[in-house]
Amino acid sequence: MSAVMITRKVTRKWEKLPGKNTFCCDGRVMMGRQKGVFYLTLFLIVGTCSLFFAFECPYLAVHLSPAIPVFAVLLFVFVMAMLLRTSFSDPGVLPRALPEEANFIEMEIEAANGNVMAGQRPPPRIKNVQINNQIVKLKYCYTCKIFRPPRASHCSICDNCVDRFDHHCPWVGNCVGKRNYRYFYLFTLSLSLLTIYIFAFNIVHVVLRSVDSGFVNTIKETPGTVLEVLVCFFTLWSVVGLTGFHTYLISLNQTTNEDIKGSWSGKNRVQNPYSHKNIIKNCCEVLCGPTYPSVLDRRGVMLEDLSSPTPSDASAASTHKSSNPVSQTTKSSAPLIPNEHTPDEAKPGIGAGTQKSTSSPKEEKPPSPTSPNAVAPAVIKESSH
Amino acid sequence: MSSAPRTATERTKLPYCHESFHNLQELRHSASLANKVFIQRDYTDGTICKFQTKFPSELDSRIERTLFEDTVKMLNNYYAEAEKIGGQSYIEGCLACLTVYLVFLCIETRYEKVLKKISRYIQEQNEKVYAPRGLLITDPIERGMRVVSLKSLYEYLRCIFIPIYIYSALNSKDNVKSQIS
Repeated sequence: MSAVMITRKVTRKWEKLPGKNTFCCDGRVMMGRQKGVFYLTLFLIVGTCSLFFAFECPYLAVHLSPAIPVFAVLLFVFVMAMLLRTSFSDPGVLPRALPEEANFIEMEIEAANGNVMAGQRPPPRIKNVQINNQIVKLKYCYTCKIFRPPRASHCSICDNCVDRFDHHCPWVGNCVGKRNYRYFYLFTLSLSLLTIYIFAFNIVHVVLRSVDSGFVNTIKETPGTVLEVLVCFFTLWSVVGLTGFHTYLISLNQTTNEDIKGSWSGKNRVQNPYSHKNIIKNCCEVLCGPTYPSVLDRRGVMLEDLSSPTPSDASAASTHKSSNPVSQTTKSSAPLIPNEHTPDEAKPGIGAGTQKSTSSPKEEKPPSPTSPNAVAPAVIKESSH
Repeated sequence: MSSAPRTATERTKLPYCHESFHNLQELRHSASLANKVFIQRDYTDGTICKFQTKFPSELDSRIERTLFEDTVKMLNNYYAEAEKIGGQSYIEGCLACLTVYLVFLCIETRYEKVLKKISRYIQEQNEKVYAPRGLLITDPIERGMRVVSLKSLYEYLRCIFIPIYIYSALNSKDNVKSQIS
């Protein structure tokens, strides 16, 4: 009997994630939905820098110093890296509660609220927790069916709860949250430096050239300069202002969201329980803290729920009778279950379901062979045929 | 007409068929945990990852309080180690910034290393402590680091393992029948 190899495209978890994110590169890249402004940001940065390298750099390298274009290149590379890192990474999305967890939370809420009279509104779903001796209210998210951890907020554009939600930035096309805040800050900081640098050297270039050949001729020779100066002038005010604002927030260990809502300001309000009351410590925590892992498993291989039968080509492709209800329910594990001739492929089917690691992408290769066997030592007694 | 009894070699080709096995009925008796139990996060020290060590009442008859509390305390220690802001995290942060975060393509972050330690620890705890008592702990990273969930080992087997076993048993039965005919 020849082995029937059932090959089908592996479904990765990002394809089935709720929320309005866009994914690229098979789940490696994660962005918000609207990307138009992000493309504009890219165009402005790349365009302005290209003009700078084309028009100013040759003159300045010769007449002043070759270090000028070199430093500009380094700064440009840093800005682009930070922008792409901010835009393409998971901001700290909290996965939605699975049905069992959601039910458990509902039961807890009902137990806490007691009996609600018919016609009366049920009380708002709020949990009070004490953080550093201050009472903080945790709100319930009806979309994600979880009590949001402190500092988390639901982004309506991306339709996800994000941990330590700062804001949704259309310029980077993504939310800014716990995992990518420091890249966002470094992006704004380095972009401010780049803008100031280009602006300053544009002025220097125009001045130096005008001394030689006059102002009008300079503009005729390097028309790009005008465009660069315009872009840099308008960018300067906004980006430098933004950098200053975020520096202020970091020194107080606040998020934009908290600042806008005024969570920690005002006399009757709770003081910020997350601040270390020391500017250096606050900055170190935000910028030099640990790099948090993504808890959203995007690249894990999808093992569909065995209790929900869905039509599939796998069960049609299998050599089994299609009327067998068991083959319907186990259709996703059908290709992972070996036929008699390939016993080794059975193990990843269980291993991938019970033990997945978020750090490495799950391929259909056997993980540690002891894991499923150790966890499930019990086996049904074989019935004799 | 019944097919010929399966030989030992054919038996080993089926997944998870070992010589030592338990009767499913035995497991069913010990399965009194109808729902999953979720251990929530403890936010008293801020947003660091820490789980409540309060012993849930549903586990009263299933596991000793000290064993459970030790597991949760150990997990909390691991997470505290991962999120510690000190010399090593500064060096890692500065080095990463200087290399434009490309260094993370080559080396693992400290957090990822600790997460691996945690998953090994949970696996070991499941093998030694929880599975013998008919329970299973799931790694909190699978739940977005929001909860540590405990579920009945019987339920796990019932939902995942048995359908696969039945499917493969039917598969092999067909093959045996076709070989005989």
